[in-house]
Amino acid sequence: MGVGILVEDLNAWYGSNHTLQDINLHIPANHATALIGPSGCGKSTFVRCLNRMHETNPIARATGTVKMGEIDIYNDASPVEIRRRVGMVFQRPNPFPTMSIYDNVVSGLKLNGFRNRRILDETVERSLKQAALWEEVKDDLKKKSGASLSGGQQQRMCIARALAVDPEVLLMDEPASALDPVSTSKIEDLIFQLKSQYTIVIVTHNMQQAARVAENTGFFLNGKMVEFDSTHKIFTNPRDKRTEDYITGRFG
Amino acid sequence: MADNSFAAVMLLCACSIFVIVLFILVILILRSHLSIVQFGWKFFVSQAWDPVVGDFGALPFIYGTLVTSLLALVLAVPLALGVAVFIAELCPQPLRAPISFLTELLAAIPSVVYGLWAVFVLVPIMRNILGPFLVKTLGWTGFFQGPNFGVGLLTASIILSIMILPIISSLTRDIMMAVPNSQREAVLALGATKWEMIRIGVLRNSRIGIVGAIMLGLGRALGETMAVTMVIGNHPEISRSLFAPGHTLASVIANEFAEATGDLYLSALIEIGLALFLVTIVVNAIARLMVWAVTRGAPARGA
Amino acid sequence: MSTQPFNQPRPPMNFQTRGMRINSARRTVMNYFVGGLSILATIVVIIPLLAILFYLVYKGASSLNLAFFTHIPVPVGESGGGMANSIVGSGIILTLASLMGVPFGIAAGVYLAEFGQGTFLANAVRFTADVLNGVPSIVMGISVYSLIVMPQKHFSAFAGGVALAIMMVPTITRTTEEMLATVPHAIREAALGLGVPKWRTVISVSLRTASPGIITGCMLAFARVAGETAPLLFTAFGNQFWSFRLNEPIAALPLQIFVYATGPYDEWHRLAWAGALVLIVMIMVSVTLVRIFANRGVLKGGS
Repeated sequence: MGVGILVEDLNAWYGSNHTLQDINLHIPANHATALIGPSGCGKSTFVRCLNRMHETNPIARATGTVKMGEIDIYNDASPVEIRRRVGMVFQRPNPFPTMSIYDNVVSGLKLNGFRNRRILDETVERSLKQAALWEEVKDDLKKKSGASLSGGQQQRMCIARALAVDPEVLLMDEPASALDPVSTSKIEDLIFQLKSQYTIVIVTHNMQQAARVAENTGFFLNGKMVEFDSTHKIFTNPRDKRTEDYITGRFG
Repeated sequence: MADNSFAAVMLLCACSIFVIVLFILVILILRSHLSIVQFGWKFFVSQAWDPVVGDFGALPFIYGTLVTSLLALVLAVPLALGVAVFIAELCPQPLRAPISFLTELLAAIPSVVYGLWAVFVLVPIMRNILGPFLVKTLGWTGFFQGPNFGVGLLTASIILSIMILPIISSLTRDIMMAVPNSQREAVLALGATKWEMIRIGVLRNSRIGIVGAIMLGLGRALGETMAVTMVIGNHPEISRSLFAPGHTLASVIANEFAEATGDLYLSALIEIGLALFLVTIVVNAIARLMVWAVTRGAPARGA
Repeated sequence: MSTQPFNQPRPPMNFQTRGMRINSARRTVMNYFVGGLSILATIVVIIPLLAILFYLVYKGASSLNLAFFTHIPVPVGESGGGMANSIVGSGIILTLASLMGVPFGIAAGVYLAEFGQGTFLANAVRFTADVLNGVPSIVMGISVYSLIVMPQKHFSAFAGGVALAIMMVPTITRTTEEMLATVPHAIREAALGLGVPKWRTVISVSLRTASPGIITGCMLAFARVAGETAPLLFTAFGNQFWSFRLNEPIAALPLQIFVYATGPYDEWHRLAWAGALVLIVMIMVSVTLVRIFANRGVLKGGS
């Protein structure tokens, strides 16, 4: 099962740029939460704070608390451990070009010392099925390189790769923005199926996408989280005028 | 009209590069004709090197070149990769520029200066400190027998490794930095340590280029002349011991060309030069192709 | 075939087992170990190389005096004397080499960047230039010997100049091409759009904009060949006396260092160190200037 995420007083900086200001929010377990907002509002930075990828940048800094279940991810665990438990899918698919599909998907498992052929095979099949890619590649697992697939397939493989290490949370940073509409809709279907097992946070600038897949939505603007509520409420009767302006297209 | 003539002139100048290569090839073949006719293929497997009798064979020099170059690679490559990994991935930002600059400076030191240092510093170290130490620890291997005067195959290998290290390191660093950041992030996001990220996200993606960089180092080692000839002992014989004096293809030319009496002697030396030319061309061509494959257009510097 | 994912049971993978904790500890240790190795490699490399530099400066500085720059070598056994003729000789040879090599190199680079982009010929030229860069300099030396010295039956400064020139051409070609490539297309198009003929655009716009970088490239090639000894061994040959004539053997700094370093007299060794220091300072200054110019040149000419 996925876990809920509690964020308290999160502030983040890139150098002297105060990218996130006083974010407080609770992401419920086993639901999909969408984060919307104009470009540069900090939603990607926020998501990267959830799996401690933000700190990989030498000039990046963050303060505040992020709790995954009972664990304070900044103080109670190592980044290595957190990043396994909080998977991430990026805007542009980034398969490992020198590895086959099979090797791509098991790469995370191998890091953790899993060598047993049976376990690896089972995990590959399970993950690719979860990512709705199994039927398309099951005959070429070891023959085709990860980079030889189409864009949409690559992204689904990256999702499978992230799922293979059994995370509790899946972060998706505009996962379909680089893909064609057919692939996009496949990925949205996926999210629908996966959210009952994982906690999903999806950053998107596509409001219709948020409305389609997420139960809850948060609206970010200029580093602050303006409003967080059920998707239905955000899109039909938002409390804050800024939210209303954004969703009606007055800016962004 | 003026445009066309201008372009034509530029084109001709560009073709001068081909002219240079062709000229070298042709002249070397022409002048080594005597030796080629006299000895044929046996030239490269014969150990004889007797100017008096007029019997010449290049095997000792091939041996010397191979031993010194390969040993130099063995010594230099791990260190060069370590330095490249450090500069590209682990080094704190303020240190990066000075260390890179230092590596560039070291690559610019001329061969004769390295040789000078080797003669007066490395040779005594080899004779008095390193040699006895090696005999004590690794003497059982049989590679450290015989008298140790400080000059010989091992000393030449060491100075060679110092000389090729900056090239391999700089090029490897460039190749590693050409790997897109998205690969690094992909590995980290799976829950990898920094080393695992470097191993899977960077090194694995730059494998081919790194091999190319190593080959460029090899190419440089194969042709290195001055420093080698100053410390290798200049003795055309094959010996198992690394303390023994030897010769490389390049050093025998440097050493004996000026004194070569007789057309056959000169021709034999020029044939050695031809062999060196062809081998380094092949090694460099393969190396450049590999580096090009990774960086999509080789950088102008390097080698 | 349906591509609907169906809910899979959660896997029995347990990341909390003792085995997993050991694995995790092992990975952490490995991470620090490899990090330590690469730092160690950097130290092992940087410190001795710095030691070489400082030793050279120390030995060279203590041997330098004014006489070094103003006197020619004195007969063996006498003290004093200098390498003035070598310094001047190097200057003459390098000037010759630059006069011959720089125009061809720049023109070839212009062709690659302005006229031949993407053509097979241009790719072949570029590839050949890179490969030529890796050919041992002694091969250049014996080729020019065969071409010029043998028919003329004497060594000459001219032959030395030619040998160095053919070494400069590939380097200058590539750096010129790279620098011209940083000139934004918009500038060229603006000039062409105004009706300026192509050849004029190349000269007044592209070359002018990239000139800091191109000069940098020439300095780099210059610095590289300034320290070359092997190509001069059998072309310029060296000279104990003043020589300003192009068809006579002439002294050169690296050549003289080689002769003195491998000779038996202490006085010669002293001069060799001094000469090495002068050579290194000259080369280091060039490399440093190159760095400075490269940064400014990129900012000036780049997009």
